[in-house]
Amino acid sequence: MNNTSLHDMRRLEDLARLDTFVHRRHPVVKLLTTLAFLGVVVSFGRYEIGPLLPLVFYPVVVLSAAEIPAVPLLKRVLWAAPLILGVGVLNPLLEHGQVLVGGLALSRGWLTFLSLSLKSLLTVTAALLLIATTGMENVAAALRSLGVPRLFVLQLLLTYRYISVLGEEVERTLKAYALRAPGQHGVQRAAWGSMVGQLLLRTVDRAERVYQAMCLRGFAGEYHGGAGARISATDLAYGLSWGLFFAIARVYDIPALLGALTLGGWM
Amino acid sequence: MSHHLVEAIDVYYAYPDGHHALQGISFRISHGESVAVVGANGAGKSTLLMLLLGLMFPARGEVRVGDALVTRKTLPLVRKAMGMVLQDPDDQLFMPTVFDDVAFGPRNAGLDEREVARHAESALQAVGISHLRGRAPFKLSGGEKRAASIATVLSMLPDILVMDEPTAGLDPRARRMVKDLLRGFSHTKIIASHDLELVWELCERTLVLTQGTVAADGPTRQVLGDAALMERCGLEVPYGLRACPQCGFTPATGRPTANA
Repeated sequence: MNNTSLHDMRRLEDLARLDTFVHRRHPVVKLLTTLAFLGVVVSFGRYEIGPLLPLVFYPVVVLSAAEIPAVPLLKRVLWAAPLILGVGVLNPLLEHGQVLVGGLALSRGWLTFLSLSLKSLLTVTAALLLIATTGMENVAAALRSLGVPRLFVLQLLLTYRYISVLGEEVERTLKAYALRAPGQHGVQRAAWGSMVGQLLLRTVDRAERVYQAMCLRGFAGEYHGGAGARISATDLAYGLSWGLFFAIARVYDIPALLGALTLGGWM
Repeated sequence: MSHHLVEAIDVYYAYPDGHHALQGISFRISHGESVAVVGANGAGKSTLLMLLLGLMFPARGEVRVGDALVTRKTLPLVRKAMGMVLQDPDDQLFMPTVFDDVAFGPRNAGLDEREVARHAESALQAVGISHLRGRAPFKLSGGEKRAASIATVLSMLPDILVMDEPTAGLDPRARRMVKDLLRGFSHTKIIASHDLELVWELCERTLVLTQGTVAADGPTRQVLGDAALMERCGLEVPYGLRACPQCGFTPATGRPTANA
């Protein structure tokens, strides 16, 4: 990991400090909106790809209204891609048979793979957008105010922090390795074991020092976020508008309706 | 409670690997004193600071802050009285913005958000970095990070400031800035450092540790000027206290030495 990738990791925190209409919305409202979105996306059946498509509208609108640059966000979405591909790649092999979509015969396996990929893309993007427009600390505070147990929230927050601690240590270790192994591409397999062991020990050490710094400043297991501003009418309107849209997208097959309307108009 | 008193009485500490870091340390620091803790690497400086703040507990002996014996039960009291600035500011700054980091302590103390903001702003002003309040800590320069670390402690209004190598890794200008900052504080200060020029300028009393014991405890001028003691403890007399071999002039005292 080089400096750029470490910088990339912290980009979400930078983006969370922007001041846009979306950033100003209450964290609890944004969290509930995101959860509703995730719920609606995963509620669609494995062969329902068409009705999913209007939901792309949500990340696109938030991305644009929050002035979040698309490229760094999509890069992060790609980090999750190997996992999605790993899980979904077997579908075309294991699931046989065909389904008719708009008169076209498609393999069931490929259709479920496509559906899984689209759902993953939407859910990962929505989660990243939540962090990029709210900040992890505010998301944690919102979770606490919704009654999520303290330990769970703390675990989430510290794991998020540990990623950057790990990133910094990886960066230093790789730099030290590269300086003593000129001409080598990557790290030799023989060094993997000791390097991972060293990384673990160093990050545990570093995490312990950070924890000590927290304890020295009165941390006793409860994370206290910033000001708990009240939910305004605009916040409510924001949440309810999206809620209404998600409900419509879930109940009606919007692309099919639009298609019927268009064809009806032509006929 | 007299928060300003710090006392170690015959303190011993050994790490789990068997290394005896402290072997019978005793001292007493009174209100308003600026005390330096110096010693070669491995002399026990950082271990001592951690014991003072209850990050570890002595195997034998006791540490007192004010009237309180440092134990698990008294930790909130001890840490309210004493604030510690860690050696590496990156360990101390873990929140997304400088303001959130400085507000972390007051928020944990249960203050309402208006009070939190007042404490944080006042600490930021004290170290002259109010303009950095919205910045991400990892984007600051070394000197700014150090100032922010000090602010995170000041916002908790401690009576005693404990610092581990406050000028480590800083360029000359940032080092000067930190020194000026520390000079302006009226707190009781305990500073562990290899920077003997800083010790000379800021601390009227110096404790010299060697192999986990106190080799000397006295006025800084006397302790740092003792070349034999410094040599024995793996240290060196600061340049400012050495006489010029040509003219015999000693910069720190502004006088020619007697034997020049």
